[in-house]
Amino acid sequence: MRQLDQTLSAELLLDWYRTMVLVRRFEEQTERSFRRGKIGGYLHVYTGQEAVATGFLAALRPDDIYFTGYRDHAHALVRGTDPGAVMAELYGKATGVCKGKGGSMHLFDVERGFYGGYGIVGGHIPLAVGAAYTLRYRDTDRVCLCFLGDGAVNCGAFHEAANLAGLWGREGLCPVVFVIENNQYAMGTSVERSSAVRHLARRFDAYDIPNEQCDGMDVIAVYEAARRIVDDVRRTGRPYGIEAITYRFAGHGAADLFQPYRDRKEIEAWKARDPIVLLEQRLRGQGALDDQKVDEIGAWADRVVEEAVTFAEASPQPPPEELYTDVYGD
Amino acid sequence: MVEMTYRDAIKTTLVEEMDRDPSVLLLGEDIGIYQGTFRITEGLLERYGPKRVIDTPISELGFIGAAIGMAMLGLRPVVEVMTWNFSLPAADQILQNAAKVRYFSGGQVDVPMVIRGPNGAGVQLSAQHSQSFESFYGHFPGLKVAAPATPADAKGLLRTAIRGRDPVIFLEHAALYGTRGRVPDGDHAVPFGRATVVRAGSDATVVAYSRMLHLALAAAERLAQDGIECEVVDVRTLRPLDVETIAASVRATHRAVVVQEQWKPYGAAAEITAAIYEHCFDDLDAPVERVTGEDVPAPYARNLELLAFANEEKIVEAVRRVTA
Repeated sequence: MRQLDQTLSAELLLDWYRTMVLVRRFEEQTERSFRRGKIGGYLHVYTGQEAVATGFLAALRPDDIYFTGYRDHAHALVRGTDPGAVMAELYGKATGVCKGKGGSMHLFDVERGFYGGYGIVGGHIPLAVGAAYTLRYRDTDRVCLCFLGDGAVNCGAFHEAANLAGLWGREGLCPVVFVIENNQYAMGTSVERSSAVRHLARRFDAYDIPNEQCDGMDVIAVYEAARRIVDDVRRTGRPYGIEAITYRFAGHGAADLFQPYRDRKEIEAWKARDPIVLLEQRLRGQGALDDQKVDEIGAWADRVVEEAVTFAEASPQPPPEELYTDVYGD
Repeated sequence: MVEMTYRDAIKTTLVEEMDRDPSVLLLGEDIGIYQGTFRITEGLLERYGPKRVIDTPISELGFIGAAIGMAMLGLRPVVEVMTWNFSLPAADQILQNAAKVRYFSGGQVDVPMVIRGPNGAGVQLSAQHSQSFESFYGHFPGLKVAAPATPADAKGLLRTAIRGRDPVIFLEHAALYGTRGRVPDGDHAVPFGRATVVRAGSDATVVAYSRMLHLALAAAERLAQDGIECEVVDVRTLRPLDVETIAASVRATHRAVVVQEQWKPYGAAAEITAAIYEHCFDDLDAPVERVTGEDVPAPYARNLELLAFANEEKIVEAVRRVTA
């Protein structure tokens, strides 16, 4: 890690820092908008996990693809999807990334390789395996990332998909990287209370898929692992599993205010390893960041988020006839 | 025109489409080395190789989900379910993903895939292996549902299904695989949503599909001996459903009997019957009759099984009631 650390330019790290700050501010805004009734349905924010999406997506090529679950705003933003279009989607507006038909749990940006957020836990994992097969079937060296939560590893879909990936990977036909975002809780159920084996990466042992854990709060550690793994999977066409150990500072959903399932001390302990603070400290140590720059970046992120809200507010609702479009292709 | 079996019509179509388009590939349990439980895929592994004819483990949720991912990336997977009963573990994938990703992505992806295999009542297969799924899958927008009754339609509808942009539930009937019929040459394709009048008649309309079509035709022949002429309509696709052709027939005959192999409640026959009332209420001279199976899981004992499903006799009786 230290070696790579030195090869990462301060400019790149600053770029990740900006991205993570933007995601944080964006999510804080979505919670405010949700409480004001501007956003409907469910809202699952990514606060605390920013290093995972940032580090992994930074390791992809522009033509690589990815899938994720319902906690998906960050995965769109990190890859460069317009924050206004993401916010408009959450506001249910015609200008949203999915024309207001997907909402918080179903963001898509196929142009940027984002094949969607999915609302049924674990349900998207087989899709990613089939997508990865397709990339090799087409004789490309593209790679598919599949983000999933710690809850998803207990679903049948995970195990069936991992088995297929292991099988197809033998022939070099399944370039998928499974990224378990272990934020410690499946809604209110801790990993300890839901998984017979707490070392979730080891689940992949059963399917002959190489695997490891990484520190999901340290974006450089995430990136270092992601870069190595993605390059390996690109070369071999074989799947890989990685568990990023992270923490969800927010509740499961925006309506989860009381959080009886965990105590404040635990949250505070994890907040001491806030991924944004960790990166900030590192950059300050390198002289790449000071108070003024931190304020500037914060102000920039606030401005981007404010513009996104303004755009979403001003956007029209989908016209009634949109109800009937996109059901069938022909 | 060439005569062939329902089985060969399906197999021939797969071969023609795979020859034509390298994005068509097959997945399923024992479709490769074993050559398919119903021999639909006989010889295809040898012809196309394991990358295109994929033997899967027994994990419908996994491989049907994977096929959805393939379709989203532009392949045209044709999945064989050994029987539709085994689609249930994958229902989450079919109903929650295949049917909906186009919609909730705002139209960003196509899902051009076909899931095909035998549906319906078997021969003493008992409760878990002898049931029909047209109503279950027909309920969900985003899916298309086809249930061909003849080799010609098996070929024509499968071709349309493979070439289309949407997920298709393709319900074959195990009892029909050996049946023979004339199939048009060349690129024969049958569009979805077009019912067909298989037998002309003026006294009553009998609406059916899949294996029930043949029972309806046999019943019509018996009734004709008594001077009752049935018009028999094959709906061919349950979703989209061609209400116009059904309604046109009922407007002419003023009487209707709707047939489905199994359970009456919330079924395809209920949907078709409701459509007849919505479109032809003033034209009807008698209440629409539904001929269905009994409202019980399929029994094993042969004598009980014979009582459990719709049959020719029940159709004859229903037509006599509406024409009385």
